[in-house]
Amino acid sequence: MPKDGSTTQAVSLDGQGKPMWLVLELTYRCPLKCVWCNNPLDYEQYGRKELNTDEWIRVLREGRELGALQLGFSGGEPMLRDDLEILVAEAEQLGYYTNLITSGVGLNHERLQALKKAGLKQIQLSLQSANRQLTDELVGARAHDLKIDVARMIKAEGFPMVLNVPVFRQNIDQVQQILDLAEEIGVDYLEFANIQYYNWALLNREELLPTREQIVHAEAVVNEARQRMGKRMTIYFVIPDYYENRPKACMNGWGTIHLTIAPDGAALPCQEVRVIKGLEFPTVREHSLSWLWNDSPLFKKFRGDEWMKEPCRTCDEKEKDFGGCRCQAFLLTGDAANTDPACSKSPHHHVIEMAINRARSNNKEPRPLIRRQPGAVITSFMES
Amino acid sequence: MSENNILAPQDRPKLNPKYLLRWEKSQDAYILLYPEGVIKLNPSASEILKRCTGQLSVEDMVAELSSLFADAPDITHSIYKFLENSYAKGWIDNTGC
Ligand SMILES: C[S@@+](CC[C@H](N)C(=O)[O-])C[C@H]1O[C@@H](n2cnc3c(N)ncnc32)[C@H](O)[C@@H]1O
Ligand code: SF4
Ligand code: SF4
Repeated sequence: MPKDGSTTQAVSLDGQGKPMWLVLELTYRCPLKCVWCNNPLDYEQYGRKELNTDEWIRVLREGRELGALQLGFSGGEPMLRDDLEILVAEAEQLGYYTNLITSGVGLNHERLQALKKAGLKQIQLSLQSANRQLTDELVGARAHDLKIDVARMIKAEGFPMVLNVPVFRQNIDQVQQILDLAEEIGVDYLEFANIQYYNWALLNREELLPTREQIVHAEAVVNEARQRMGKRMTIYFVIPDYYENRPKACMNGWGTIHLTIAPDGAALPCQEVRVIKGLEFPTVREHSLSWLWNDSPLFKKFRGDEWMKEPCRTCDEKEKDFGGCRCQAFLLTGDAANTDPACSKSPHHHVIEMAINRARSNNKEPRPLIRRQPGAVITSFMES
Repeated sequence: MSENNILAPQDRPKLNPKYLLRWEKSQDAYILLYPEGVIKLNPSASEILKRCTGQLSVEDMVAELSSLFADAPDITHSIYKFLENSYAKGWIDNTGC
């Protein structure tokens, strides 16, 4: 996560109130059109507001002063920023552990070498299937062969590599083939991340949510591979909270260790948070990072457990999951302070059960998927 | 090192190149950074990992550290235990003897 979209980070270090994980979403622009993308539906409106190089450098410096250690360059597609190498070099010099989170589009031999030279530590590449036709269809472009080439180049340059596979109904039965491919490429960390249902993924949820049987099967395949591969490859399998009866410990708690800076400089407790209406999202253009993290109303809003309602308030598991995800609570119950409905104790849990039941009925007509592309959704209409 | 993670005195452990060990002022500690996380090390763990360069054998490490932590009980055993754990976690590799 996250680093982005990921809930598997082994944070053995207590943040002590410091934003240890800093993610810079350098741009929302992207050549691909993934139907599960967790970027905002109205991502286009941020194009003109993107921070420039100097502004990002200021963010990097202030982040280190606040104690940030892990740094992710994400997006959108971060390779679309031609100042990426400059930012990586600056981050390295400041002492971050630098991660690039990319679809692979725009990465070539020259840029990989330049990034290596700038000191980049690690690359997370996303791949959607082991099969050209399926990947290309899923991302809405010819990208599969390119991604595989890029994966091999990354290993040839000697970077540790995380292969991130967002998992949904269309690719979950390919887990074995993807494992084989990852093994052959020499991936260090393979992350099967059942997607989280926000933004584009939520729009397309009915078509994307796998069935329980599919998940059980995929997990069994993963467990078998773990046995076989031991330390050669670390395999994560992030199961979907819809099937867990407990919510995920989202971001390890609001405003505890994660800080995301959106393309326009908004400082966010997680990259999805702008789905919650009625909150204000001040940016690094008007405020210091220190104020944004420590004092802004946004970061204080759901810090700690003062804000909790029942059943979370008196629940003995609240230290474990912090009541789940505020964005999911807002999107599915209308109030961000409610218990995440993924929890079986939530009075709104039926909305999750209904979604699961719809995923199970396999005799329904497939519906078209809505691609992440300009004009696909008119958001001003949705907000009214 | 054998498959069951048992270290021999002549083994020379080396930090896995995926991991970055460095001093972090804001934590007042050595930290181990790697793709998926951060680990804060206590002083003895830091002293051991700093010596995992692939140059030093475990026995030499024990000798050096025994003088550094003179009053720690059973330091030899703790060092072996820590190294074997680190190996199991993938923090260090063994370059053999
Ligand atoms: C938004 S992308 C940005 C980087 C780059 N464009 C890419 O796709 O790799 C960051 C990461 O989030 C993952 N991701 C996208 N949508 C997601 C969702 N709905 N749930 C979980 N992960 C998601 C992607 O696979 C990728 O690893
Ligand atoms: S998930 Fe797909 S559409 Fe979204 S930013 Fe990444 S590559 Fe682009
Ligand atoms: S009631 Fe709240 S705190 Fe308790 S398990 Fe559910 S989400 Fe977590």
